[in-house]
Parts: sequence; C-alpha cells; structure tokens
Amino acid sequence: MDYLVQMSDVVVSYPTEDGELRVLDNIDLRIRPRELVSLVGPTGCGKSTILRLLLGSQFPNQGTVLFEGQPIKSIDRHRGIVFQRYGLFPHRSVLDNIAFGPELELLNLWDHLFRFASPRYWRVMHEQRERARTLVTRIGLRPADCDKYPFELSGGMRQRVSIAQSLIMHPKLLLMDEAFGALDESTREEMQLLLLEEWEKNSMTIVFVTHNVAEALFLGTRVIGLSQHWENDDGQPAHGARIIVDAAAGGKHPKPTSYKYSPEFTALLQKIREDVLDADQRTRLCEFNLSHQDAQRE
Amino acid sequence: MIFSTRTQIDPRWGLVLSALPFVVLLGLYLGTSYVRHVKNPDDKIVPTLGKMVEGAKRSMTPDSSGKVQLLMDTWASTRRFGIALAIIFLAVPLGVMMGCFPFWEQLLYRFVVFTDKIPAIALLPILFIAFGLGELSKIVLMVLGVFPTVCLDAYLRAKAIPEEQFQKAHTLQSSGFEVVWLVVYPQIFPKMLDTIRLNFKSMMALLLAGEALAASVGLGYRIFVVRRYLAMEIIIPYVIFMTVLLYSADVVFQWWAKRYRWVDRE
Repeated sequence: MDYLVQMSDVVVSYPTEDGELRVLDNIDLRIRPRELVSLVGPTGCGKSTILRLLLGSQFPNQGTVLFEGQPIKSIDRHRGIVFQRYGLFPHRSVLDNIAFGPELELLNLWDHLFRFASPRYWRVMHEQRERARTLVTRIGLRPADCDKYPFELSGGMRQRVSIAQSLIMHPKLLLMDEAFGALDESTREEMQLLLLEEWEKNSMTIVFVTHNVAEALFLGTRVIGLSQHWENDDGQPAHGARIIVDAAAGGKHPKPTSYKYSPEFTALLQKIREDVLDADQRTRLCEFNLSHQDAQRE
Repeated sequence: MIFSTRTQIDPRWGLVLSALPFVVLLGLYLGTSYVRHVKNPDDKIVPTLGKMVEGAKRSMTPDSSGKVQLLMDTWASTRRFGIALAIIFLAVPLGVMMGCFPFWEQLLYRFVVFTDKIPAIALLPILFIAFGLGELSKIVLMVLGVFPTVCLDAYLRAKAIPEEQFQKAHTLQSSGFEVVWLVVYPQIFPKMLDTIRLNFKSMMALLLAGEALAASVGLGYRIFVVRRYLAMEIIIPYVIFMTVLLYSADVVFQWWAKRYRWVDRE
C-alpha cells in the first residue's frame, strides 16, 4: 500500500529551563490518499505540532516525516493549510485572496513589478479572477461578496474564502488546524458539510485537527486520538504525546447531519472520549497522587 | 461633559471647538502686540497684523531682477525636502526586508538602531566638511535624521504580520521576495505613510538647521538672514507659511493613507 504520509518514530522536544520538554513521543502515523483523518485530543497535546511537521514549518528532533515517499523539507504548494484565524490577506479582496495562488503560479515578481507595461499580467489576472469567481459561488458566497475585503466578512465567510484559497491550488494534502473552532454552532455545521462536499469532489486527503471529538467523528473516515499524559509500563506518568486511539470513524460518507444523533455515533463518541480525554485526566490524577506521596514522604 | 468618554459632539459645535485654540492664540498675540505698541510705537518684537501683512507683501513683490523672494525660497526648500523624502521612502522596503529575512535582520538591525540614535544635528559640521556647503549636505542631513527611524518602524510592522500569512503564502507557491512584495509591503505601506508624515517636522527642522548655516536661498536661510535686522514682520509670516506647507503635506498623506480602507479593520 502506498502511503501519502508516513511519520516514523517522530520525536519533537524543546529545551526549557527545567530540561527538555518532550511534545511528541515516538509518533508513528501513516495516511493513505483520500483519507479524511481527524486528529483529536485535549488542548496542548501536540496536535498542531503534528500539523506543522506535515506542513513543513517545523522539523522533528528524531524520526522521519515523508510525503509521497520524500522527506518534507519546506512548505510547498502540495500541502495546503486552513487556520483557525483564517490567515487571509487583509489588503486583498475576496476574489484576489482566492486568485493569489494561481497568480503566483503564472506570474513572476517581474510581472508584478512591471505590470503597467505587461499585457500578459492583466490577461492572466483577468483569467484567474474569473476562475476564482466560479469557486466563490461553489463555496457558498454571493457574487456580491467578490469585491469585499476580509474585514467586511463574517467568521464563516472568511473561513469559506480561506478554504477556497487552498482548494484552487488542488493540494494533495489539506491540513486544517482547528479550522472551525472560532465559529458558532450553526456556521460550524454548515462548514462541516461544505468540507465533506469538497472532499468528495476533489479526491483530496485531509488532516483535520480539532479538540471536539464529535466534530472529529462526524468529519473523519478515521479518528486519531492523542494524549500528552500517557503512563509508562511501571505506571509512572510520562510526557510527550502518543497516539492512543487510531480507529475508523464509522458511518458512510457522505454522512448526513442526522448521523450525529445515531446510536453508532454516540457509542463511538463515548468510547473515544473515555480513551482520549479520560486517559488524560487519569494521568493528571496519577501525577497528582505521586506528587502528593512525595510531599508526604518529605 | 468635557470629561465624558461618550459625549456626542455636533459637527458645527466641533468646528467651533477646533477653531477656539487658534482664536485664543491670535487674541493673545494681538493683545500683546497692542500693549507693546502703546508703550513703544516702534516695537519690532511683536509686530502688528498690518506690519506683518506689509512684510508678507514685500516678500511676494518681485525684486529688481524680477524674482519673487518667497517663491524662490519655497522652491529651493521644497526641492531639498522632496529629494530627501524620496530617499527616505526607500527605508520602507529595507525595513520590510529586515523584518522578513533573518539574514538581513542580523546584518542590519543593530546597525540601524545604532545610527538611529545619532543626533543628526551633530553631524552637520561633519557633513559640511565631507560634502561641502552645497545641496548634498542638507539633503543627507535630513536623510540621516529620519531614514533609520522609518526603517525601524517598517521593520517592526513587518515583524507584526501574523506568521499564518507567511505560511499560507508559501503554500500558495510564493517565494520569499513575492511574500515581501505581495503580502507584507502592501499591508504596511499605508501605516508607513503615517510614520513618514509624523516625521515631516523633524525633516523640516533639520532642513532649517542646514539652510541657516550654509545656503543662499531657502525658507530657513531667509528667516535667519532677516533675524539680524529683527525683522519679525518677515519671520513670523515665513514661519506661518512653512507650517501651512507642512500641514498641507500632512493632509495629503492622511488622505492617501485613508484610501486603504482595510487598514486596522478586523
């Protein structure tokens, strides 16, 4: 089986005043093409670190991260990203934000610098803006929104633009970092359905990071749970996140919203909550007990 | 009402309020001038409004060679100011490069901070020795005084651009230079217009210092020449005229910066 992503024995740690802080501990993760992988876990458990490794903005201290069999050396166009805080360019209109990638693909810096003397520049800009215009309606914005700036849009609309900005580049892997975390409940549901629709249409692979287990289960074909506080074989708490759940998410794509209310969904939700979040709490309790014992001994 | 943070001010009343400090200043001046002229009708220190109008008219009357003194002085100073301003604009791309590329940051940051702390006016004798008494030394003085400040401001503003935008731009296939030119530079440019306009006064002060010491024409030159004859009726209109010129330039830059309606909007 060919994997799109292979992470093997990945360790990420940072030096601190108290010694080394281990964030990820021996992570092994393989992702096949066309999977929609939800990465779930409590805040600060290392989900976003995994995403940064996949993006190419951070590198492991140990282990390898391969994309299409090659080590990831930098950020590139094959891996798109959607951030919780949108990452839109505030000085560009909706259309210009979406057309930004294709413009860069077809024009170089000199075309931009000498645009007034370059008919090609204006032709390419016109073509790419038209291409972006078709995407605008597909992601649920009105044609009237095309010339608006990001500050004139609601959170949901901005996130739609951010997704379109990535989709227009046809990335092989789309990384989403708590992408719907800042949205209200109804907008979040709309965006989830939009994402599933686009995932079906574009045959993409998506890694969706969230701390919301229900969202992870509804969106993903596979759910991966991380916990920062796992226990050693001798029962001692250890640091550095590990994958403690790797399971098929259940349900058949495209999942209707009603799937969220099915017994299958509820049972899976309960199980993953127990495995990921309760494991985290158990280990915190274990840490507390040990420190309490130490204090008593002293 | 005057210490309420939520006072709604009627626009007409706002206009009256804005005019009030000017009226008070004018009143104080006219009062002082009147009192001094009652004691001494030939007082030159606080000339009357009529004498100042006369002095201004004299400055605008062509001399024997047909040249208008005020126009010549204005043109000379504006030319020097404009050339320095054009050079100072280059501080913006330099600051952006320092803010975006670690190599340039390491190379130049400390140097620019250091040069920013040099009191530019102290360089005046060095500049006159190095570049002579011509135009160059006066322009270089303005540039040295303001360029590092503008450069550092551009650097800090470039640094403040969220990292997400850089990462997003790279996933959209942009190179380092494209990120700078298409993402960072357009975002900070309107704010840099504000920084530059706030430095107009420093530039003008440096220009006047340069002109006072070595020039044969210019607004600064003129007020320092007529100072010898206590010609306050010329000096005060010249100072008002310079202030109006700078204020007009400031208004133009404010208008320019306001055209970017997305600035500082969330």
